[in-house]
Amino acid sequence: MATTLTPKPVLAEVPARRGSEHRRHRARQSFLGWLFSAPYLVFVAVIFAYPLGFALYMSVHDYFFTAPGVNVVRPFVGARNYLKALSDPAVLRSFGNLGVFLVINVPLTVVLSLVLATLLNRVVHARAFLRVSFYLPYLTASVALVGVWLFLFSGSGLVNQVLGPLAPSPPWLVNERLAMPSIALFVTWKQLGFYILLYLAALQNVGTELYEAAATDGATRWQAFWNVTVPGVRSATVLVLLLATITGANLFTEPYLLTGGGGPNGASSSPVLVMYQQGIQQGKPGYAAAIGVLLVILTLVIAFLQNKFGGERD
Amino acid sequence: MAKLGSWLRGIVLGVGALAFLFPFYYMVVGSLQREVDPSVAGAFPNPANLTGDNYVNINARLNLLQGIANSGIFAAGVIIGTVVFGALAGYALAVLQWRGRGGVFALALLVQVVPFQLLMVPLYVLIARDYGLADNYLGIMLPFIINSTAVIIFRQYFLQLPKSLFEAARIDGASEWQVLTRIALPLIRPALVTVVLITFIGPWNEFLWPFLITKRANMQPLAVSLANYISNVANSTANPFGAMLAGAVVLAGPVVVLFIVFQRWFVASEIGSGVKG
Repeated sequence: MATTLTPKPVLAEVPARRGSEHRRHRARQSFLGWLFSAPYLVFVAVIFAYPLGFALYMSVHDYFFTAPGVNVVRPFVGARNYLKALSDPAVLRSFGNLGVFLVINVPLTVVLSLVLATLLNRVVHARAFLRVSFYLPYLTASVALVGVWLFLFSGSGLVNQVLGPLAPSPPWLVNERLAMPSIALFVTWKQLGFYILLYLAALQNVGTELYEAAATDGATRWQAFWNVTVPGVRSATVLVLLLATITGANLFTEPYLLTGGGGPNGASSSPVLVMYQQGIQQGKPGYAAAIGVLLVILTLVIAFLQNKFGGERD
Repeated sequence: MAKLGSWLRGIVLGVGALAFLFPFYYMVVGSLQREVDPSVAGAFPNPANLTGDNYVNINARLNLLQGIANSGIFAAGVIIGTVVFGALAGYALAVLQWRGRGGVFALALLVQVVPFQLLMVPLYVLIARDYGLADNYLGIMLPFIINSTAVIIFRQYFLQLPKSLFEAARIDGASEWQVLTRIALPLIRPALVTVVLITFIGPWNEFLWPFLITKRANMQPLAVSLANYISNVANSTANPFGAMLAGAVVLAGPVVVLFIVFQRWFVASEIGSGVKG
């Protein structure tokens, strides 16, 4: 139809519909509702629901790759994949590494992003410039940023040149003790801008009268920050904790590229990296799926604890 | 005292900004060095040591144009899928009255908590092995083709439009499709810009999935081919860091430029789950 529709901003009265016409209208809306949502529903079924069930299925079977269409028996093995994962030193090490990562990354992220957001919130000049600069690493591809960090943190890289005699040996990314902390530092730096903006939004909801009251009571800046700002953004803090933990659990690109596949000697391997090595490189997808399930359970437990202890206090 | 405080604040923020921006600056400087110079003096461009050769070298190694084209096709497919199907679903959830809408909305929220690490292996088995879509654009796009966040954003924007507008159009005899395309979508045009920008960055930066699903070099998005260069072949190039950084500049460039130009369209609350890598 070629009719152009000009929206009428105010319509005084929508004529009341009578019974049958109303029913027909409802039926058509219902049909269109399902029709318009159908592509999305199919997508969710094919990309999320089915693979999710498939992951659980694979994790309790001895699943292996065959040529497409070949029908083979993939025997049920119960909890064997899980038990194997829990006694595999490489898997346990990767979970330990993830622990090291989270212990460094999560607190650092919360503290730095809250402090920078609080400072940024008071700034009048150059606000847009600061916002852009904090945000750039977050928006840029890890692969590109890893390139610069490799350059910066290599044996004779700029960081070591500046540190001079204090430079660690072996250098950062090939040092068994420092590889994982270096990765944690990289991810903190890369993601920080997002959390700063999240806190910045939360800070807008902290009432100025609270700060005024604190000032009247003679509170110092630090006391105001500790007693007004920190409690005022508590729900944002819980969100930051959760998101940082989930992002950390998904760690793959950085250990793969920054430390050459989780090196040295697996000192910086992550669970997802081990899943890739086991599931796809070595053709044991059932085993990898079991590691994935364990990882998700662990993440959920941590998230639950964070929510419980960081959440509603008042 | 107050003066001192504001100085201190300026210094902390300045140092922060430097820490965030310096690697970008250093990326560009390093990509232009003829001889790799990691010394402190090397952080300043030295006219005697400037060259564009690194860009030529990296292009010879991994065919930048092909990589850019693959990344572009990947991103374009995801943007089209997300805008078309996301707007349809968002409209159904916000405007149409039907019994399943509450459930579908809950589903769109639920989907976002499903972690990709759990889906990675089964998706690989399904898409690469069963559907035979390895080294195929559709296979690269499939897991991202509709962004659930976008569905929720579209719903949010459509909800903000006055209901009377839709009623009026329907009384004038417009079909639901016409209401969507001629009234609802034009009214949320600004939001559309935000959705497109955010949706672009996700696939452009994405590494893990396209890395799993593409083995042939001529199908790989730029992020993947650059990563392969970093992990495999870097050692066999005369100036490996220079070439690597030149590739990094090409990969980071479009996003940085887009962000600076369209800054005000980036709404913080909505970028969260849209951008991952």
